[in-house]
Amino acid sequence: MSETKTASGWQGTGDYIASEDLRRIVNVAVALGRPLLVKGEPGTGKTLLAQSVARGLGLPLLTWHVKSTTKARDGLYVYDTVQRLYDSRFDDHDVSDIAKYIHLGPLGQAFDAPSRVVLLIDEVDKADVEFPNDLLHELDAMSFTIPETGRVVTAKERPVVIITSNNEKELPDAFLRRVVFHFIAFPDETLMRDIVDVHFPTLDKALLDAAIAAFYRVRKVDGLRKRPSTSELVDWIAALLSSGLDASALGDNPGGVPFIGTLLKQERDIVLAQEARSPKRWR
Amino acid sequence: MGTADPPPDAGAGARRRLLFGDLFFGLRRAGIPIGLGDWMALMRVLHDGVVRPDLADFYTVARAVLVKHEAHYDLWDQVFAAVFAGGAFPKKVHDELLAWLDSPLPLPDLSEEELAALEQHSLERLRELFEERRKEQDERHDGGNRWIGTGGTSPFGNGGRNPAGIRVGGQGGGKSAIQVAMERRFADYRSDRILDTRQIAVALRRLRRLSRVDGDLELDVDESIDETCRNAGFLSLAFRPPRKNQARVLLMMDVGGSMTPYTRLVETLFSAAKNLHHWKKLEPLFFHNCVYSRVFESMTGSKTLPTAELLQDRPKDTFLIFVGDASMAPSELLSPHGAIDYFEHGETPGFVWLHRLRARFERAVWLNPLPPEYWRGYTTELIGGLIPMFPLSLAGITAAIDRLLKRTPTPVPELDESLLRGHW
Repeated sequence: MSETKTASGWQGTGDYIASEDLRRIVNVAVALGRPLLVKGEPGTGKTLLAQSVARGLGLPLLTWHVKSTTKARDGLYVYDTVQRLYDSRFDDHDVSDIAKYIHLGPLGQAFDAPSRVVLLIDEVDKADVEFPNDLLHELDAMSFTIPETGRVVTAKERPVVIITSNNEKELPDAFLRRVVFHFIAFPDETLMRDIVDVHFPTLDKALLDAAIAAFYRVRKVDGLRKRPSTSELVDWIAALLSSGLDASALGDNPGGVPFIGTLLKQERDIVLAQEARSPKRWR
Repeated sequence: MGTADPPPDAGAGARRRLLFGDLFFGLRRAGIPIGLGDWMALMRVLHDGVVRPDLADFYTVARAVLVKHEAHYDLWDQVFAAVFAGGAFPKKVHDELLAWLDSPLPLPDLSEEELAALEQHSLERLRELFEERRKEQDERHDGGNRWIGTGGTSPFGNGGRNPAGIRVGGQGGGKSAIQVAMERRFADYRSDRILDTRQIAVALRRLRRLSRVDGDLELDVDESIDETCRNAGFLSLAFRPPRKNQARVLLMMDVGGSMTPYTRLVETLFSAAKNLHHWKKLEPLFFHNCVYSRVFESMTGSKTLPTAELLQDRPKDTFLIFVGDASMAPSELLSPHGAIDYFEHGETPGFVWLHRLRARFERAVWLNPLPPEYWRGYTTELIGGLIPMFPLSLAGITAAIDRLLKRTPTPVPELDESLLRGHW
């Protein structure tokens, strides 16, 4: 792994303030040539990280958005049989060259690129439970074969692979064994204050204090299916401002905050928040 | 590294090896699943000089390389502190006791007096007290009325005389709670009971019925080539529906009442099933205690669905999965107007509804969150005789799915009308 030493040294870019920790970890993942798995609640900046790493290292970024129907092979290559069949009708195409109908997917392109690239595999947990396992070999060997043409696609330089997960599904152990892992913690109150400040620079101090306190109280309610995140807090403060409520209206009961539907999106969660203050009753 | 126990002044190299050995084995002992591969990766990072010679830096980097789940971060912190700051290694004993307290099993065979005495403290209160006293207590203890130990009348420990107390494992007196816990008698129990959604999802995925019925048409390459040949080389494309899972699943879950302690377990199953996006249709429904003339569409909501509609509209080949403890008063299962729900007015006993569902959907199973050792009640026996019952554990779910997929469905037992009566 002699080439890995040269590429380390991402320091974060102006628009993405990486914590010191994250910076070290990105460089370690690069040095080890292992994918970096980034987990964290939605809205903690996982996807932005890859963009920032690419810019910071001065490398091109390839993105593979994983969906529930995505198959591991889609990332490697697609064989466009329909086009080939269609072209075979007339004399003006040479259909004997299958390679013309093989299109590399994001992972294939990352391997095939002339120089090192950053590959973001976004929301890996969206796909089928076996999806990460299907990628193990390719990510380990950084190479795969296209059986239709017999071509072997091998990475000239190991791409920097960043994988994000929203924790919707647990990932397989075999997959976890091969990655470097970082969990982006939810912002604490001080950092959250800075974030809100960016969105609402003129916000009244008393309202900001009360809103942040109420927000963290709601987040602490036990058993919520979907805890409110930064984006919900921002929406909620916008709703508070437009309604002209002041700090005293927020109260100290997690279920009694105004516009709770902006923070909690599931009926069941709202009920939980409202019951949080009264002692638990067993039916 | 060939010789054992280097002398105390063997120099920095030996010291480092000791520290790292402590870290590696400390982590493994704490239950963090790290392997040699991870360890060698860390060594390579250190060797290549990617980490600055600085403990804070090492902390961050080593955690990223070794720890793969945020649930283990806390243990990592404890082990790290123990190795590098001389703190205490995490006590697994403590965790296991808490985990054990977390999963309340019905205490078998308690007398009336014992049951009455149990009202003394709620579980949560007991747990708080347990924590407090565990902190105060630092040694083995026998007798007395306060400490966790053996004999005596404290609510905690073993072989004591406080019926409201927590008996920490074991049959008779003689051993302390800590000793019993250290025997790891809950190890099997835990691996069998604590399910993560991924494992359940993998088990549930086997429940499928693949066929080409509908969906967006896809190109049938083989057929297109045949057609084109038949067409004298003039392109003719053939399409077919994709091979898709046509299985429909009706998941009926008992909520509230005696099921409350199992809420998390049931939710784990529910979220695994819901996020699988694997079946043609998954219909989650809820009931209280037993199924009567109607079922609920959400856990808390009041929107209901007549059970008769299920019987009529849902295809016969739907897989029916019940989740419930099947424990209720016999009247609630067998009497007309037996429902505990005030708004339920049906004449038909719950058992008849269950029988109708079972007869309509020939592939049905019942998942019971209680371990089979506790399947003792009369109603559990009756329901288990009607619908094949399995424990709600990974092994149980796997066996239940095997049953659902069996080539010939289990025959429906006759409804024994003599069981049904109004008075008990």
